[in-house]
Amino acid sequence: MTELEFETLRVFLKARSGLALSPDKRYLVESRLASVCTRFKIESLSRLIWEIKSGRSQAVENATIEAMTTNETFFFRDKAPFDLFQDVLLPRFIKERAASRRLRIWCAAASTGQEPYSLAMLLKEASARMPGWQIDIVATDISNEVLEKARAGIYNQFEVQRGLPIRLLVKYFTQKGDQWQIASDIRSMVDFRYLNLIEDFGRLGPFDIVYCRNVLIYFDTQTKADVLRRIAQQMPPDGALVLGASETILGITDALTLDPSYRGLYGKSASVSGASRPALVGIR
Amino acid sequence: MMYCLIVDDSRTIRKVSREIVESLSFEVEEAENGEAGLSRCRARMPDVVLLDWNMPVMDGYSFLKELRRSPGGGMPKVVFCTTENDLDHITRALEAGADEYVMKPFDKAILAAKFQELGLLSESLSL
Ligand SMILES: C[S@@+](CC[C@H](N)C(=O)[O-])C[C@H]1O[C@@H](n2cnc3c(N)ncnc32)[C@H](O)[C@@H]1O
Repeated sequence: MTELEFETLRVFLKARSGLALSPDKRYLVESRLASVCTRFKIESLSRLIWEIKSGRSQAVENATIEAMTTNETFFFRDKAPFDLFQDVLLPRFIKERAASRRLRIWCAAASTGQEPYSLAMLLKEASARMPGWQIDIVATDISNEVLEKARAGIYNQFEVQRGLPIRLLVKYFTQKGDQWQIASDIRSMVDFRYLNLIEDFGRLGPFDIVYCRNVLIYFDTQTKADVLRRIAQQMPPDGALVLGASETILGITDALTLDPSYRGLYGKSASVSGASRPALVGIR
Repeated sequence: MMYCLIVDDSRTIRKVSREIVESLSFEVEEAENGEAGLSRCRARMPDVVLLDWNMPVMDGYSFLKELRRSPGGGMPKVVFCTTENDLDHITRALEAGADEYVMKPFDKAILAAKFQELGLLSESLSL
């Protein structure tokens, strides 16, 4: 791959997905895009980049973006964000939304579904405390491939063992040969949708709780700031945002404020709460 | 330092498990069947037991029932680690007092996640 080809790809990925490619990622690009070439019977990487540049095939472009995303995820990843959900956020919103009995949750980069399903299982466990509640879990991702797997809710033995407590496996999964499928009532709690975070997402409506974990790390600072600002706009004044373990808003945006009591938890900054009112009623 | 007892009749599995558990900063002892495991426990109760199911002399299931009946035997976390990978076995193990269940083959990521879930690893450890 020539310098120019790499640059073409870098500009394309940044513009279309927000993904920031640093020069040291060349080896990664080459290995990941080889499979796209094979799939579309494109004879070389140079030719693939030419195809992208010519804008002839949406399918090739999407496959290129998908190949460059990192989809690693697992059930109850890092544990703490889910303890936070169960012990802090859920009790808080059960109280604060007692009148409307409505809760809207968004997993903004859901990958193959383990994160939204982990939340759905926790909600199911708490359902006795939430009779008659209407709960929406919207789970989005830029990759249709991972969304398809997420909707099917079928995982291999390795995937169901990584982070998923055995009691929840027994309770919410059925075994199909060497695969495990999550129960249909858990699956039906999650609405999986295609969404590119760098594009407008105002139409999704407001969310009380947003999990946006391990995706901003792939964006440059400006893109991070833009996405975070727009996420804040989707949150009511008392909304909560949970980021990944290695992610921070420090020096990136002032639309959000770190909750000093809990690592990884952010609230909306008081100064910008008022400005984003329209998002609450879904108007942008 | 936390102490882990590995009860498995396969020397290879014990070796692999030991390497993983030691890398998670545990002190490790080994036993080759349930009976040997029980006498180890009587000498010193482990914080966690990694337990195979099928073993000669005394199998993992009988070991667990015995352990849970003996003084102080309710304390250790017990993680089954076995090729028995059907719901039936898992349910029986949980009913007998197992805390977690790992289906072979497994790797460090799985074991570390299970240990973290059982509160055996510090929260700050990002897996
Ligand atoms: C590492 S996974 C994170 C999964 C999960 N949130 C977790 O923390 O375990 C990152 C996901 O972000 C998605 N992604 C990358 N760029 C995106 C974009 N511009 N819009 C939406 N999703 C994106 C990828 O497809 C991938 O599935």
